[in-house]
Amino acid sequence: MVDKSLELFDCGHRACGGCGPAMLARLMLKGTGEDVIVVASTGCMEVFSTPYPETAWKVPWIHSLFENAAAVASGVEASLKHNNRTEKVVCICGDGATFDIGMLCISGAFERGHDITYICYDNEAYMNTGIQRSGATPYDASTTTSPAGKKSMGNSLPKKDMPQILNAHGASYVATASVAYPMDVMKKVEKAVNTPGACYLQVHTPCSTGWGFDGSKTIEIGKQAIECGLWVNYEMEYGELKASKKVRRVPVDGYLKAQKRFRHLFKPQPVTEEIAKIQAIADANAAKYGIDIQLNE
Amino acid sequence: MLQIMEGSHAVAEAAKLCRPEVVSAYPITPQTHIVERLAEMVADGELDAEYLCVDSELSALSVCIGSSAAGSRVYSATSSQGLMLMAEVVFNVAGMRQPIVMSIANRALGAPLSIWNDQQDSISLRDAGWFHLYGEDVQEMTDQHFIAYKAAEQHDVLLPGFVCFDGFILSHTYEPVDIPSQEEIDAFLPPYVPYNKLDAKAPISMGMYATPDYYMEFRYETDQALQRAGDAISAAGKEFGEMFGRDYSGHTESYRMDDADVAFVALGSICGTVKDAIDEMRADGIKAGLVKIRTFRPFPAAELAKALAGVPKVAVLEKNISLGSAMKGAVGPEVKDALTGTAIEVYSYVIGLGGRDIRKKDIRAIAALAEKGVGNMFYGLRTEVL
Repeated sequence: MVDKSLELFDCGHRACGGCGPAMLARLMLKGTGEDVIVVASTGCMEVFSTPYPETAWKVPWIHSLFENAAAVASGVEASLKHNNRTEKVVCICGDGATFDIGMLCISGAFERGHDITYICYDNEAYMNTGIQRSGATPYDASTTTSPAGKKSMGNSLPKKDMPQILNAHGASYVATASVAYPMDVMKKVEKAVNTPGACYLQVHTPCSTGWGFDGSKTIEIGKQAIECGLWVNYEMEYGELKASKKVRRVPVDGYLKAQKRFRHLFKPQPVTEEIAKIQAIADANAAKYGIDIQLNE
Repeated sequence: MLQIMEGSHAVAEAAKLCRPEVVSAYPITPQTHIVERLAEMVADGELDAEYLCVDSELSALSVCIGSSAAGSRVYSATSSQGLMLMAEVVFNVAGMRQPIVMSIANRALGAPLSIWNDQQDSISLRDAGWFHLYGEDVQEMTDQHFIAYKAAEQHDVLLPGFVCFDGFILSHTYEPVDIPSQEEIDAFLPPYVPYNKLDAKAPISMGMYATPDYYMEFRYETDQALQRAGDAISAAGKEFGEMFGRDYSGHTESYRMDDADVAFVALGSICGTVKDAIDEMRADGIKAGLVKIRTFRPFPAAELAKALAGVPKVAVLEKNISLGSAMKGAVGPEVKDALTGTAIEVYSYVIGLGGRDIRKKDIRAIAALAEKGVGNMFYGLRTEVL
């Protein structure tokens, strides 16, 4: 059972107000409990939580490089296994470290099937370096390296389906979550760390600075993403869909309009064909994961 | 008892005797025979270790960081391109003060692709914060593994170390070698006691980031520790000598340096050829000598200055090229710096790159060039293909 009163991520860190990843760090450790070793990649969370000589982490924590957390975690796990130690091993890495630069190390770790839980805090761009596009950036989002302009509608590529890539590795548990639903995050973390083998959790962590919304709206934005179907919370075991969060879906417009990264889709006037493409992505998600609540439900 | 053994297999035996808890490596020629033999040892139950077949050298050394930080003694081995792929991790290991020992079967770097020997790979990472040991023969490179772990794990050192030996020339050569027993190595190298480790009962943060207020002090302390590693290597080498009769207390080794008119400075297997050439030159009345560098990092400047004192000319044999530099080789400028304030002339000679053979007559020719004051050059170029 998750001990919600457990506070293992200390206050006083340097995250922005309303930081989604900071919320996840706190929730994640409630899900893991104290008997854990955390492996971090370079990124926002590493920087805002561990400026030497201060740390927000009340559990053992290690950071090596940007791309190698899954390999470092493999090494930690091998050492623990050799010495019959009980700590759970959890990676916490951003989407750039996960979808892009860390793919090699992640693939190796999941192929080898280490007993680790890899958690990606997905804020959909390289936020630590100033909002550059990553493989997790959604279609048409304007970032500093995929800016909207006279000849650009922002990021022209779809978001990479990282969970499916890890399913293809035979991961025992793959799930998505959102900080907008804290109980769900904690439960899924608890389930992942207690499932043998390599598990992957991808958590939507809205970023007020990078996405362009007020820091008080993080949870609201997170919920809107789910309600429109652009983010789906689901669970898979050995590649099979076991559960997904059902919603009474609303059009994507409201979610998009609430964020500056999609502002170019509405000003000076709505770009209906682009908004329709994004709506099609949400519709495809809904069909794939069966999230629409039917009339008779 | 002496056994005839391939160099790579002797290194694998040495690694096994050090009782690593985790072995993590990625295959690359000419390192492969080491990791293949270790895999056999694990498969046959001779070595109780977690053996990780990883996806790349980047992962190989990253795994080592994790295991070492969790408190395990770890081992890896690589070469050439593999060392370059893991270069970012190499620097990281030293900064994180993990006492990892890694064997380097020295090999040239591409392009053009070459699987053959020179020392460009490890020399190129001389500034990474690892200590560097170079072996001349199979016995020496085998023994250096025991010394490396012992020195690395001292709590006033806590730095990683390379044990370097020439690919193919040593890794694939069969030589008589004395492999100590497990009991003997256990007596020399006690179990690893981490200074600190990842442990849920006593949480610490490792690998935090440093602002400009702290970064320079971290680098200073790492340099200080690397200087202390020199003393630890020397002490371990002396203790090893007392136990096994092979003394490695010196970072350098002098050969026929009395009254020498020209001294060679070299690292690795070439020293054997140089010694033979010196014997012939001495027989012909040419007074040549050799100072072999066994520890390249920390650089043994004082020891080298003492060994070379009074020699008019020094010829540094370089199996590397510092492209675009004035002396061409990377070792020469450091030797020259060690001799600052003396009238000794120091010249670099780039030889044997990418596996080009080095013969005794080449050594004699280089001695003649040094005598004439001609150096800081490639030696042995095939001008007809330029």
